[in-house]
Amino acid sequence: MRPPESRPKPRHLTALARALAALSMTGALSACNTVVLNPAGDVARQQGDLVVISTLLMLLIIVPVMAATVIFAWRYRASNKEATYEPDWDHSTQLELLIWTAPLLIIICLGALTWVTTHLLDPYRTIGRIDANTPVAANAKPLEVEVVALDWKWLFIYPEQGVATVNELVVPTGRPLQFKITSSSVMNSFYVPAMAGQIYAMPGMETRLHAVVNKPIETVGFSANYSGAGFSNMRFATHAVTEADFAKWAAGVKANKTGPALDRATYLELEKPSEKVPVIRFATVAPDLYDAIVDMCVEPGKMCMSEMMALDARGGLGKAGIRNVEMLAYDKHGREAVAKANATPNAAVQRELAWVRALCRQMPGSAPDNTVKAPANLRSLTGAGMAAPQSLPLFGKDEQALAQPKAESPVAVNDAAHSSQISRN
Amino acid sequence: MEVVDHSHWSPILGRLWWDAMPQEPIVLATFVVVALGGAALVAGLTYFKLWGYLWKEWFTSVDHKKIGIMYMILGLVMFLRGFADAVMMRIQQSIAFNGNEGYLNAHHYDQIFTAHGVIMIFFVAMPFVTGLMNYIVPLQIGARDVSFPFLNNFSFWMTTAGAVLVMASLFIGEFAQTGWLAYPPLSNLAYSPWVGVDYYIWALQIAGVGTLLSGVNLIATIVKMRAPGMTMMRMPIFTWTALCTNILIVAAFPVLTAVMTMLTVDRYLGFNFFTNDFGGSPMMYVNLIWIWGHPEVYILILPLFGVFSEVTSTFSGKRLFGYSSMVYATLVITILSYLVWLHHFFTMGSGASVNSFFGITTMVISIPTGAKLFNWLFTMYRGRIRFELPMMWTVAFMLTFTIGGMTGVLLAVPPADFVLHNSLFLIAHFHNVIIGGVLFGIFAAINFWWPKAFGFKLNEFWGKVSFWLWVPGFWFAFMPLYILGLMGVTRRMRTFDDPSLQIFFIIAAFGALMIAGGIGAMLVQFAVSIWKREELKDETGDPWNGRTLEWSTSSPPPEYNFAFTPIVHDIDAWEDMKRCGVERPTAGFRPIHMPKGTGSGLILAGLSTVLGFAMIWYIWWLAAVSFLGVIGFAIFHTFNYKRDYHIPVETVEQTEAERTRQLAAAGA
Repeated sequence: MRPPESRPKPRHLTALARALAALSMTGALSACNTVVLNPAGDVARQQGDLVVISTLLMLLIIVPVMAATVIFAWRYRASNKEATYEPDWDHSTQLELLIWTAPLLIIICLGALTWVTTHLLDPYRTIGRIDANTPVAANAKPLEVEVVALDWKWLFIYPEQGVATVNELVVPTGRPLQFKITSSSVMNSFYVPAMAGQIYAMPGMETRLHAVVNKPIETVGFSANYSGAGFSNMRFATHAVTEADFAKWAAGVKANKTGPALDRATYLELEKPSEKVPVIRFATVAPDLYDAIVDMCVEPGKMCMSEMMALDARGGLGKAGIRNVEMLAYDKHGREAVAKANATPNAAVQRELAWVRALCRQMPGSAPDNTVKAPANLRSLTGAGMAAPQSLPLFGKDEQALAQPKAESPVAVNDAAHSSQISRN
Repeated sequence: MEVVDHSHWSPILGRLWWDAMPQEPIVLATFVVVALGGAALVAGLTYFKLWGYLWKEWFTSVDHKKIGIMYMILGLVMFLRGFADAVMMRIQQSIAFNGNEGYLNAHHYDQIFTAHGVIMIFFVAMPFVTGLMNYIVPLQIGARDVSFPFLNNFSFWMTTAGAVLVMASLFIGEFAQTGWLAYPPLSNLAYSPWVGVDYYIWALQIAGVGTLLSGVNLIATIVKMRAPGMTMMRMPIFTWTALCTNILIVAAFPVLTAVMTMLTVDRYLGFNFFTNDFGGSPMMYVNLIWIWGHPEVYILILPLFGVFSEVTSTFSGKRLFGYSSMVYATLVITILSYLVWLHHFFTMGSGASVNSFFGITTMVISIPTGAKLFNWLFTMYRGRIRFELPMMWTVAFMLTFTIGGMTGVLLAVPPADFVLHNSLFLIAHFHNVIIGGVLFGIFAAINFWWPKAFGFKLNEFWGKVSFWLWVPGFWFAFMPLYILGLMGVTRRMRTFDDPSLQIFFIIAAFGALMIAGGIGAMLVQFAVSIWKREELKDETGDPWNGRTLEWSTSSPPPEYNFAFTPIVHDIDAWEDMKRCGVERPTAGFRPIHMPKGTGSGLILAGLSTVLGFAMIWYIWWLAAVSFLGVIGFAIFHTFNYKRDYHIPVETVEQTEAERTRQLAAAGA
């Protein structure tokens, strides 16, 4: 009935599938420059290993299924009259049991692996080891780097060293790194594949990343989340150098007294959209700049998010506060309005400013530290005990802060308001 | 980067001004070609006096079969546009190395990848899926039409209206440069001030009305209009998956409508739902859009799972293995699809417990999906598999989709996602499931049901050419992307620094070229089949030895589908009838009550298009007029009492006698 040329060509299909599978495995695992599977940082290394382990775990079921597809397709082809034909066979309890439990078992294993690794590799959690054999020393102080995604370049502030760079990240090897990440305008994603997985950089919020780089390396980092016209060039050189070289580099930047200083005015200029910005190194940094960026009040006269929230927490200013909006506006157009209002502050604006100042002291960034500490003891994650992971500051803490005595009140309210801005829920 | 000032506004034309004309030579050339082609089409239709025929027989028809076919045509036309975008991206990415900027500037390139995603999901996959359900479901359940035939016509034209707006954005103004989900703050007025995002919003809102109403319509049809004897557990599996898909549509699309409305008021009225300032939260948008977006991918894939089930069972000549487990798997997927949305943004900084929860629920979905795969496998087991084109697509799907499913579960492991999120690995993954699942399923379905719709089979040679170009072409196009993802290459890049990546992009472009060949072969297949339709004719109405009710009627089915409502005793109702030797009734016909066509759907959708366009360009007077027009005309339509008619018994007798002769001839 069927012409012979309409017969199947599953052999071709198999061969093709095999060839492609082989190609993909060699491509992926030969580690020519698959940085995701062969990174220089311990965190990325664990994440890359997890990619491989999960894949292998799933291949346990994928390979038999694909093989069975090809075998059945071939064996039960219409032209093969030898094969059993049972047109009414449509149920088998044993097989049903098998087809539901086999994937279930794999998923149970993978789910357990997911639970444990997601907690251990939580970017908010301080790292517990430098590499597989070296735990982090109890007194080790992580190097803090504050990262700001700008349109379309990256700003790195080193508060400990008091320096800052644009489009250049230099980190010491073997030392825990703590990144605090935010953005000035739109969403980006901070990603250095050789170091650790990515995390979003979002305006008005702070995300965290903990990582370590284990060997000196010249690599690249970038934004992994599309952020507009200049996105393709939003890349930065990343150098991991020895601790001594790092200290030397930082001192060099610091010593360059003729270099530019990063104050609020410079930042506002820097923040304007630009592409392919060459590396800039700042010898000094205004100490509260980063906090002001997160609090979205770098412009003088702009009300901080935390202030606005503190006002709102007290019930707001009512109708009288309606003129505040100019001081609150942040997104592009708004910023121009603020600049205008501040250039020639009329009586109303001055009154407004005075009122706001009177109500709450501008204290950007006085947020509690939400870092999750690496567990000293892994038993709770691997099944023995399963204590609740330390994550959020408990609700009660904030409430307590709100109810603090009057003298400290403005600051405390700031704390509470600010903590809710942190993307940690 | 040059900044263009688009702040011009006038009361008559709103923001519409000369600067809305195509600026880039590529777009200008496309515009000229499209304008000439369009003019030729209009001239041709006029010359052959086809306007009346189109208007009467198609545009105003409420026949679910014709609407289904129109949906498929819409999907196909938009598919060509979406694919053209894909090819442009592939070319750009394979040349933009070593300081070469490629041939697309950021403004153009960013629109292309946005439009590609929007078009492929909303105006290709959705019309294809809706068209299939529209055509097949009433036939499978032994009904004469859907529950609300006018609504069906209206839904189709609203979907088309959305497509028209997206197409208009190519030549008038610009499309969004935000990525296909238009995340704020980038999509807010502050960072996307011109019309691109507004085109996006209004196209989706208007098309969304159509999708939602068609979901309501099909649920009502499946629940209320099944033939006697067809209990829920005797419904054909495609109808089951269609039911679940439409439940998902009705539950998920209002979320999209709501989030688009919030973005609209942010952009138009200065609200602050998703702005950076005044307490807006872009994170909320990302959550909301994915609460719609994740069910959306199951809306697309579930009906195709149904298609694969029908095809496997038919071409294996065997009952579907594990029907009830298939039904429960579909239901489990339907429910679970609402519990996984956060896996699209593990990297936003939710806590480890939240991330693990959503990672694990995502993995759990792979259990019912795996069960389905096994069910197809055991349907083939001890069957007599005929490798006709639909079955070939099904086997290709099973092999391709398995890989895509695996990489999907891999991405559901949050720490793995941290290194692969937004990378080309992710792109490879979802094309792996959407092309390997949805598109291959559409192709299986087209080859499977084409004879039903038109009375002749599709040419097999060109079908196979298309198959053998598409399947390897797919692997060539996306395997390199998996590898690039592992090399840490991110999506939506326009230019690259590292020259060692170039070879992978060239391979991917070669794959795209093969796919282009596959699409070309498919179009040739359609043309050749129409040309040689007499040779490929199927008189029986049942060319594949089908199992469900749609194969019991003639091909193409008469307007009323079934002269008598069939009575169902088994899941495979038609197979059961054939086995029991049920005689086709040849006498005792009665007049058949049918719904009457109306142009109201087209007019309402046309007014909605004008409304959308006016809103996009801030032409307030036109927006007000067209809004009143929509409301007024909708009220006017409620006074249309000429909604139905009876097909006289003579016509039915004639049609059925013709069918008797046809069957006798085919049997002889």
